[in-house]
Amino acid sequence: MAAEDGQFSPPTIYEFYPEVFLFEGTPFAINRIMMIRLIVMVLLIVLFWLWARKFNQSVKAGQVVPGRFQLLGEMALNFVRKSIAHDQLGEKDGDRFLPLLTTIFFMVLGMNITGIIPFANIAGTSVIGIPLVLAAAAYVTFIYAGVKRHGMGFFKNALFPSGVPVYFYTLVTPIEFLSTFILRPVTLALRLLMNMVAGHLLLVLCFSATHFFFFQAEGIFQFFGAGTLLFGFAFTLFEILVSVLQAYVFTLLTTVYIQLALADEH
Amino acid sequence: MDAVNIAELSGNIAVVGYGLAAIGPGIGVGLVVSKTIESIARQPELAGRLQVTMWLGIAFTEALALIGLATPFIFA
Repeated sequence: MAAEDGQFSPPTIYEFYPEVFLFEGTPFAINRIMMIRLIVMVLLIVLFWLWARKFNQSVKAGQVVPGRFQLLGEMALNFVRKSIAHDQLGEKDGDRFLPLLTTIFFMVLGMNITGIIPFANIAGTSVIGIPLVLAAAAYVTFIYAGVKRHGMGFFKNALFPSGVPVYFYTLVTPIEFLSTFILRPVTLALRLLMNMVAGHLLLVLCFSATHFFFFQAEGIFQFFGAGTLLFGFAFTLFEILVSVLQAYVFTLLTTVYIQLALADEH
Repeated sequence: MDAVNIAELSGNIAVVGYGLAAIGPGIGVGLVVSKTIESIARQPELAGRLQVTMWLGIAFTEALALIGLATPFIFA
C-alpha cells in the first residue's frame, strides 16, 4: 500500500480486488472480501440462533425479566419492528414484511461493520454483489406488494398518476418509469456501495499517509503524520456512524417503497 | 520544477468534476437538516417523526453525490 521508493502512492480501486486464494478460476473463487462475508454470515446465523433459543427458554420458564444478552436481542429486533416497520407500514403490513426488513437491516449492518474491525478492515458491502442482491430483493418485494394489493392498477398508479392532464402523460410517464422502476433499485445499491467504498478509501488514505510521513518523509514533514493519524481515528469513528446509518437508511427506504406501493390511489 | 512552470498542475479533470457534482447535494443536505432543526425547535414533540423524514430526505439528496462518485468507475 504505502510507498517503497520514497514516493507516496494513494490507494486505488484495486484495493477492492484482493488476491483469490481458494478455488481460483471457478465461479466460487474466494478472496479476502468473500471470506469476510462468509464469516459475517456464519456469525449472524449463530447470533440469531442463540437469541431465538434464549427467547424460547425464557418463555418456557415463564421468566419475565430478560437477561442482558436477551435484552440486547429484544432491543435490536424491536428497533426494526417498532420504529421502522410499524411506524411506516402499520402493525398488520409491518409484520407481513418484517422478515425481509430484519434480514436487510442486520445483514447490511453486519457486512458494513467489518470495515472498521481490525484485521478485517474492509466492508463486505464494498463490492457490488451484496448491495445488488439486497436492492433486487427490495425491488421484487415492493413490486410484489403493489401487485398483490392493487393488481395491474399498481402499474397504472405508478406510471399514470391521477390528477394530471392527459397530454402531460407524454412527459410524466417516462419520468415516473425512470424514477420508480430504474432509479430506485440503482440508487439503493449505489448508495450503500459508494458509502462503503469512499469510507474505505478515506481510511486507507489516512493511514497510508501516516505510514509515509512517519517512515519515509524527512524533517518537518514527519509532524504531518500526527495529523493524518488523528484524522484516521476520527474517520474510523465516523465510519461506525455511517455503517449503522446506512443499514437504517437502506431498511427505511425499502419500507417506504413498500408503503408507497401499498398506498391507495388518490 | 522551474519558475516558468510553477502553475502547472497534473492529474485528472474528473476530480474537478466530482467537486462540482458535490456542490448541489452538499447544499441540499444542508437545507434538509437546517429545516428539520427549525421544525424541531418549533415543535419539539414531533422530533422523532421529523428525524425519520430528515434521513429520507438526506438519503435521496445524497444519492446524486454518490452517483457522481460512481461515474468514473462506470465510464473509465
